[in-house]
Amino acid sequence: MPYEKILMKHFGVPNSTALEVYKADGGYEGAAFALKLLPEEVVDFVKEAHVRGRGGAGFPAGVKWSFLPKERDITYLCVNADESEPPTFCNRVLMENDPHLLLEGILVAGYATRSSVAYIYMRGEFTELFHIMQKAVDEAYAAGYFGENILGSGYALDCYIHRGAGAYVCGEETGLIESLEGKRGWPRIKPPFPAVAGLFGKPTVVNNVETLACLPPILARGLDWWKSLGTERSRGTKMYCVSGPVNQPGCYEAPLGLTVRELIYGEDFGAGMRDGNKVKAVFPGGISMGVLRGDVFPKGTDGDVDTTQDFDELDCKLDFDDVKRYDLLGLGTAAAVVVPENADMRDVLHNVARFYALESCGQCTQCRDGTSWMYRIAQRILAGAGRPLDLDLLEELTQNMGMMPGMSICGLPDGAAWPIRTLVRKFRPELERHIADQNSDAAERCVRETNAAAYDLPILGDKAATLAPGAAT
Amino acid sequence: MSWQTIDRTTVAEEQLGPGLSDAVRDKVRGFFPRYATKQAALLPALHITQNALGYVSLQAMRDIAELLELTPAQVLGVVSFYTHFWTHPKGRKTIVLCRSLSCELMGGKAVKDAIQRQLGIGEHETTPDGRYSYMTEECLAQCDDAPCMLINEKMHKRVRAEDVERLLADENNDKLDIPRSDLFDAPPEG
Repeated sequence: MPYEKILMKHFGVPNSTALEVYKADGGYEGAAFALKLLPEEVVDFVKEAHVRGRGGAGFPAGVKWSFLPKERDITYLCVNADESEPPTFCNRVLMENDPHLLLEGILVAGYATRSSVAYIYMRGEFTELFHIMQKAVDEAYAAGYFGENILGSGYALDCYIHRGAGAYVCGEETGLIESLEGKRGWPRIKPPFPAVAGLFGKPTVVNNVETLACLPPILARGLDWWKSLGTERSRGTKMYCVSGPVNQPGCYEAPLGLTVRELIYGEDFGAGMRDGNKVKAVFPGGISMGVLRGDVFPKGTDGDVDTTQDFDELDCKLDFDDVKRYDLLGLGTAAAVVVPENADMRDVLHNVARFYALESCGQCTQCRDGTSWMYRIAQRILAGAGRPLDLDLLEELTQNMGMMPGMSICGLPDGAAWPIRTLVRKFRPELERHIADQNSDAAERCVRETNAAAYDLPILGDKAATLAPGAAT
Repeated sequence: MSWQTIDRTTVAEEQLGPGLSDAVRDKVRGFFPRYATKQAALLPALHITQNALGYVSLQAMRDIAELLELTPAQVLGVVSFYTHFWTHPKGRKTIVLCRSLSCELMGGKAVKDAIQRQLGIGEHETTPDGRYSYMTEECLAQCDDAPCMLINEKMHKRVRAEDVERLLADENNDKLDIPRSDLFDAPPEG
């Protein structure tokens, strides 16, 4: 590999999940160093390192910690291991191979924020992973890295795994907190921010798994080494995921700023497309961040980026800033899913729209109804009864959802609107062609299909048939 | 669409189902010291209940509400929000197939058709012999090995439609080859 691995250092080492294997390679030295400093010094250290959150928003971890009120009795640390954004799996891979790296990061962050309890909120679908993590937590307790008087510093931290039960919105930090409190995972209205009043009304810090895993190596190896990685505004390495019909789907670590083309075609990354197919589209940062045109489109003539023209956009750099030039919402989770040239964009639109319609928590009207509308329109187009107007309708819908027009509690509707908007804008000619080629009597058939699906809830059982419009009344 | 709740008239007609045993209650109480409120032990309680009964019955919801000092409506609200919990009995093994973009691009739809044809059931249904229940779920975070599916806790990777018959016939298709933690399991009987 051309790049030094930091987070994925122990991948492939036999029995890498065991504590003694982790310790043999300098494990828990970063935490031992941190525990000799004052908590405030650790916060300053991490601030200086400028570790931007890896969960999607890119907010610096040290700055987040400094929002905690000075005077506080109890502080909670929540670890966001509710990795539900399709097609992201870097947190899973990290915890599966190196659970103690995360636990050491938790110890560092817990000490810096003076937390008394750390909750790892792990999504319910991580079944095998739960057993791996729980074993690691038990090992760490037995070795004195959690519990009372850790490493003789007098600091006490408890660490518990809290299992979720299948809800995308619990990855939003206040949704996660509500879910931890034993409620529906409904995001809260902010302010107050979790740093002031979070879990059980106490100051709370929520950090992503990958962000916390960055901390031990920085503490162990120093700021100078860390600052030599990546660029000024996007420091360190990132775990990139690539999936879909590429030759080597998987998770790869590289400094921030890798291009999408490298990620798909690089020998050390995706290693090209299967069967010599070309790329039609890529969702480079998890599906919420929007879509890029692939290399079935011609290359632009000059260096300028013009997303209104049908040009190849694979030269987009995956860091916190360059993605914005390509009309993407942000870096997101840097997990790319590649859509090959032989795929139908109507299927992709349908799949993406369904995801958000089913995962919307239902608190804000424009998200609850907007995502369901988008899903029904996508169903209509897929069933062969689309109207040219539908594409305009989709675009208009996406402009009226989310925090950016200022209408929602959390960012889910932004993440729902963005992929649909970029997909409709960038692949409009193809969708229009499908609509023009439709069979006209498909429309009637479709009415029943789309409406029946709207009532397709397991809970209603056989009542669905009688509720569907058009059924005998 | 998790915001849609249970139709109350349907609920009233149904049987209440089994309640919680003392052993399950004790296990749930074991989670209380972890959290500042009793309510926070609700998700662990539901996991343990589903593990013990196979699903979360209405009587179990009432029992949990009593144990955690909540109203049954609050428990029902949480149960209906999360896709993991079943409100009707399910089979001994639950198949959870991923339907997200990577899996669908890699042939997930063919696997779905193969499973449904093999078992002869639709989503959220159970085979007549009580062996399998089947549902689909959004991204299982195993996209590098798409298409993937869970049988109980065991993740099956790169499943092809032609493998489905052999896979479902295998008695040990839910056995894990790693040490398990029994933290969220039902307590042993007796």
